[in-house]
Amino acid sequence: MIPELGHFALALACIIAVVQSVLPVVGAARRDARWMATAVPLALGQLVAIGAAFGALLWAYAVNDTTVANVVANSHSAKPLIYKFSGAWGNHEGSMLLWVLILAMCGAAVAVFGRDLPTALKARVIGVLGWVAIGFLLFIIFTSNPFDRVWPPPADGRGLNPVLQDPGLAMHPPTLYLGYVGYAVTFAFAVAALLEGRVDAAWGRWVRPWALGAWCFLTVGITMGSWWAYYELGWGGYWFWDPVENASLLPWLAGTALLHSAIVVEKRDTLKVWSVLLAILAFAMSLLGTFLVRSGVLNSVHAFASDPTRGVFILALLMVYVAGAFALFAWRAPKLAPTGIFAPISREGALVLNNLLICSIAAVVLAGTLWPLFADILMGAKISVGPPFFNTATAPLAIPLVIAMPIGAMLPWKRADVWGALQRLWWAASAALLIGLLSLAVVGYPVWPALGITLAAWLVVGAAADIADRIALFRRPTQAWRRALGLPRAAWGAAIAHGAVGISIAGIAGMGVATDTLVQLNAGQSTRLAGYEWRMDGVSDVTGPNYRSRRATVTVLRDGAVVTVLHPERRTFIVDNQTTTEAAIHTNAMRDLYAVLGEERDGAAVLRLHHNPFAPWIWFGGLAMALGGMLSLSDRRLRVAAPAPKAATVPA
Amino acid sequence: MSDAPAPRSRRWMLYTPLALAGAAGAGFWVMLRGLQTGDYDPRGVPSALIGRGVPEFSLPAVEGSDRPALSAADLRGPLPRPVLVNFWASWCVPCIVEHPQLMALSREGVPVLGINYKDKPEDALAFLARRGDPYTRLGRDEPGRVAIDWGLYGVPETYLIDRQGIIRWRYAGPVTPEVVAQDLRPLLRRYA
Repeated sequence: MIPELGHFALALACIIAVVQSVLPVVGAARRDARWMATAVPLALGQLVAIGAAFGALLWAYAVNDTTVANVVANSHSAKPLIYKFSGAWGNHEGSMLLWVLILAMCGAAVAVFGRDLPTALKARVIGVLGWVAIGFLLFIIFTSNPFDRVWPPPADGRGLNPVLQDPGLAMHPPTLYLGYVGYAVTFAFAVAALLEGRVDAAWGRWVRPWALGAWCFLTVGITMGSWWAYYELGWGGYWFWDPVENASLLPWLAGTALLHSAIVVEKRDTLKVWSVLLAILAFAMSLLGTFLVRSGVLNSVHAFASDPTRGVFILALLMVYVAGAFALFAWRAPKLAPTGIFAPISREGALVLNNLLICSIAAVVLAGTLWPLFADILMGAKISVGPPFFNTATAPLAIPLVIAMPIGAMLPWKRADVWGALQRLWWAASAALLIGLLSLAVVGYPVWPALGITLAAWLVVGAAADIADRIALFRRPTQAWRRALGLPRAAWGAAIAHGAVGISIAGIAGMGVATDTLVQLNAGQSTRLAGYEWRMDGVSDVTGPNYRSRRATVTVLRDGAVVTVLHPERRTFIVDNQTTTEAAIHTNAMRDLYAVLGEERDGAAVLRLHHNPFAPWIWFGGLAMALGGMLSLSDRRLRVAAPAPKAATVPA
Repeated sequence: MSDAPAPRSRRWMLYTPLALAGAAGAGFWVMLRGLQTGDYDPRGVPSALIGRGVPEFSLPAVEGSDRPALSAADLRGPLPRPVLVNFWASWCVPCIVEHPQLMALSREGVPVLGINYKDKPEDALAFLARRGDPYTRLGRDEPGRVAIDWGLYGVPETYLIDRQGIIRWRYAGPVTPEVVAQDLRPLLRRYA
């Protein structure tokens, strides 16, 4: 009964979406206030209907309703409750439902928080979100119904892939989706602006928080995915340039560019056509990722069970939304005349450089991801594009980007002087070079990791120099504290996010000098790696809720003192007899000690041991980037909610 | 990129995103059609070897492994039961994904013959020590010559050889539980 109600709620949501996509937009075109006013209740009704459908699916999972095909395929009564829930969105159908739920939440958020938004713009944005919702609801109802029944019901479910039974992975898809769907909102703003034929500073002020929020979630989502790959796949890698990983990186890159160009729209009233294009691109990249992962056109470890019918449907959606938006863009963009002009050497000039470099990186990643597919259909050639291509092609673009970041952040609007900015940054540059040379000469790092450390130091110290300059730390130290408190949060956010990129780069550089070894040890035997003594104390049996496990005890010592005790495990899941390895990781924030248990032979256990310097910084940096974004967002929200007189807006 | 009020001569630039999206869409459409008709397969071209015996080869054993070496003679019929030939490498991520399925098949008694492709012996042994060794025989194709003769698309790649020594099935990509259930099990039954 409950699953039928869920199905019905989905159909209802689809009908609401149809109304939502027509009434407010027509109302905006006819300047009819009553028609435009329907946008808010329709967006809220949409959320209620989809929320009910999602609740029904969660209920079916919670009670392990084996008459629902989706539950049978992805759940099992012996699974802990949290993984029953995460199983609900860990599969194709459930994840699409989560997708539209988040879309409805975004629509409702625009409706509720957008009180100060011009009525026509708001009606159009909510209308466009309705168009997006219709397509995806039809997709779910016709090709991926999560409420399909099976009869007779099997005794129990077929379980969830044990590799996916993991807290990190339970949260990974929802955060990524919050990011992807957030770009649906900026897309809606872009299309609404094209319909209206107007982009102004207010538009930039409204798009930026959404771009920023989506970017924060996407950053956290990608960071969690990378962290999961690191500890769960069990061999210490953190990024594989897999097509599916690239699919999440592409909207992130487009979104990062949008984030920066929207500032220019807001502050300088220029770069409008470009920002609208980026807003469409960010969403196009999100949809492209969905298409690549779910249609079966590419070969990937992560790919969902693929189905060409679904592929055709998603392609149709992709074409309707993206090509439709681009056609509208080609037709209406000439109307978006800029009013501001700018000199190349200025903050807006630096942001244009940032956009050029980030978009070039995105183009390289896109080309590398799609080239094997197109080479196949165009020339029949079977090629694969791997990490060497991505590393060599993105590095020459990423290095100038990183070098320019602290300089750009120091430049004032309109007209600037690079020499002046460099003078204020000379000590940051010296510190970075010194740290780089030390790591090369004294620590003995190879060239690439040493370069990474140098760039990392440049970003971190450069961000600190930016803040020090803004609060006049050296010129008027006595007032620095007061000025620091008065500094807008957006300035803090930008500095933190830029510094955080440096932290991640340091972590990546550290992985360049990581060491590992593979040993076979009897109980009591030990080995040495990276200055630590690793002693195998024995292997024992452990029973978990739905698995049996072999668990090793490895004591790590340094100079005779115990540093930590690691417990790497090898788990066998009872239902499907799959085995996973659970890496044991000890971190002290400067390095990871990482142990994985392999097979056992004649009483001896095979262990793979890693020493990864700075490794945790990769993910810490990712989280700090998102934190910087959130901080900046909190500043925006205050200003957007209460638009201050022009004089009071602080340059960010 | 620039926001100069677009003169007529530069209007066409605004159409480039549409043109690119249209071209990409057309390409994706061809791929999807190809997926259904079999003209396009991201997991590799259909093998020319289907329905034939295996190409002539002889590979040394992996140094340090107790598994015997593998040559074409081991795959000539009559065989007591159909066998799988699996190309793999320790550096290949999808090989980790398919490994539990190979272990399960080997536990059921399906002979799985391994060809270790472009790999270092110590890495290959470490991989097997860590994840289990499903192979009854294990040849080492470090230069990748034998892989060329088999028309290998990439690793992992798996072939089914029936009791008469004829190649019946080839799968490029990880042998996932779905592939085992939908493709491999019916074939194993048919050629048993």
